[in-house]
Amino acid sequence: MDISTLLDPFSILHLPLADMANDFIRWLTSNFRDVFRAMKVPVKILLDLIEDGLRGAPQTLIVLLIGLLGWQVVNRATGLLAFFAMTTIGLIGAWDAAMTSLSVLTSAVLLATMAGLPVGILCSRSNLMWAIVRPILDFMQTVPSFTYLVPVILLFGIGNVPGVIVTAFFATPPLIRLTNLALRSVREDLVEAGNAFGASPWKLLWAIEMPLARPTIMAGLNQTVMLSLAMSVIASMISVAGLGRLVLVGISQLDMARAATGGVGIVLLAMVFDRITQGFGLTRRDRNGHSLWEQGPVGHLRALFSTSQKTQDIPTEEETL
Amino acid sequence: MTTTPPVHCKNLWKIFGARSAEALAAAQAGKVDKEEALKQFGCVIGVADASFTVNEGEVFCIMGLSGSGKSTVIRHVNRLIEPTAGQVHVEGRDVMALNATELRNVRARKIGMVFQHMALWPHKTIAENVAFGLEVQNSPRNKRRSAAEEALQKVGLGGWGERYPDQLSGGMQQRVGLARAMAADPDILLMDEPFSALDPLIRKDLQDEFLKLSREMKKTTLFITHDLDEAMRMGNRIAIMKDGRIVQTGTPESIVLRPETDYVARFVQSISTLKYISAAEIMTNKPVMPNAPVFGPSTPLPALLDAFKQGADHLAIKDGETVLGRIGQADVLATVQSDLARV
Repeated sequence: MDISTLLDPFSILHLPLADMANDFIRWLTSNFRDVFRAMKVPVKILLDLIEDGLRGAPQTLIVLLIGLLGWQVVNRATGLLAFFAMTTIGLIGAWDAAMTSLSVLTSAVLLATMAGLPVGILCSRSNLMWAIVRPILDFMQTVPSFTYLVPVILLFGIGNVPGVIVTAFFATPPLIRLTNLALRSVREDLVEAGNAFGASPWKLLWAIEMPLARPTIMAGLNQTVMLSLAMSVIASMISVAGLGRLVLVGISQLDMARAATGGVGIVLLAMVFDRITQGFGLTRRDRNGHSLWEQGPVGHLRALFSTSQKTQDIPTEEETL
Repeated sequence: MTTTPPVHCKNLWKIFGARSAEALAAAQAGKVDKEEALKQFGCVIGVADASFTVNEGEVFCIMGLSGSGKSTVIRHVNRLIEPTAGQVHVEGRDVMALNATELRNVRARKIGMVFQHMALWPHKTIAENVAFGLEVQNSPRNKRRSAAEEALQKVGLGGWGERYPDQLSGGMQQRVGLARAMAADPDILLMDEPFSALDPLIRKDLQDEFLKLSREMKKTTLFITHDLDEAMRMGNRIAIMKDGRIVQTGTPESIVLRPETDYVARFVQSISTLKYISAAEIMTNKPVMPNAPVFGPSTPLPALLDAFKQGADHLAIKDGETVLGRIGQADVLATVQSDLARV
């Protein structure tokens, strides 16, 4: 070995990462193809169910339902915003694409939640688990989103179902992170009080820790939703239909009309989804002392039908003393 | 001993830190004190060799400054903290020998706890907070509701069940904390500085109410406080803690009148002894006149003062027919004078 190789070592030293990755994915596809195929089935069922519902239902009904949901979960202004946003999506001719995007999105968010919540809960229980999961999350969140597409194509193929899988995979990390953080930062004395009154670990989790952690967990879910929306454009490269595809076609054909339609559609959908998911994270205090079902349309209906019309004024300081 | 005491702790040690076993051995052998344990082993001695018994129906106060280990001690009783060494018995059962289910049952049924910062769950209504111990035991909904309302009525908050904790003032919140501790009708109450976070006037109200309730309901209470006045008001007996050790245990009178260490003496310095002094302690053995009013040797000073106000020159202290001594006005004045000089 002469001095020039010492100064220039990479001319002869190689770590065959590319080959290793290749071998690994080949090994996975040849040995576990059926497993990955089987994994697609429940996702497909979920996606079809949601898509049939969204595309089969009358457009007016969907617009009204989303508007009412915004009103119920946040307030009347958000309800109106959701109503007009959905109407605009219909008016600009992006309705069908938006419904497809919405079903991919909803399926992906459901999957991400089913995976992210339990993992986040486990991470908050065990430092070892968190020590293992944390670097994986770091990795998942630093890898450029395009990179996910290659293994997904090789393992799952192309189309809407692999699109749901890659979107869910991409969007889960913040939910895990924030679920872990939320549960770890629940006030210790409130947990101790639960223990002191004989709550089992399970009871403690569902009756005390999860409700108290809810605002932060919902912030995580909101991140998951936003990432899913961002991913929907990228996932269109593996032939996922919806608003993302409009944008992608617009880019590739320099078709400003389609790009604008898809882009505006995504922004409107994002606004609606963002507000509504954030609304689930509001506490009773944020809602002026009302719980979720004491306000909005349901609240009005309940007030209408309730026989005992008790006024629930919050007492002032003087009254209580 | 005929009855098993509700709470009994024996040679309790709690040492925090990775090398607690080594630190324990060294501390038990008397080789290290609190500072040395921290320096040599990186361990904090929370509780050092604490032994005490809480008798049925009494209010037993543990008094100490912050860091003295009193809150750590109380958490051993329902095993929120596991001891490094020593025994904890609740109603005769070794708490350390209970399995998880048994421990939860003991916590839910036998022991109620009140916390310094209330620790009410903000997402639950007052009634739900109060009934949580019953909810944990899966008792039916209507039973939970009536038990919660009953407990709230006891603390003067009947009808507040549908509100949420943030709609209540601090004093009311701690009443709810008390109601929550009593809702499952436990035999033992653990009170961890329950009134420390409250305004002085509200604190006094709650102290009075708690005394009334505890007398009515005969609950055995372990009461933690950093406030000596509070300990004197609430406690049938008081244990004083310093650096994890119990330095003296006794009735309020004996603590004030006969402090066993300088530390306790410094503590009780600001407390007037006059309320606790009894006739036997100030009488002299001079002869008594036959018409002098007669009192027993354990009569407290305030009762003696009444006799003087009615014009007595001196008092005869008798045990049955035996004359033990007399108390003249000068004796009383001397006592007052020395008490004033002490503070």
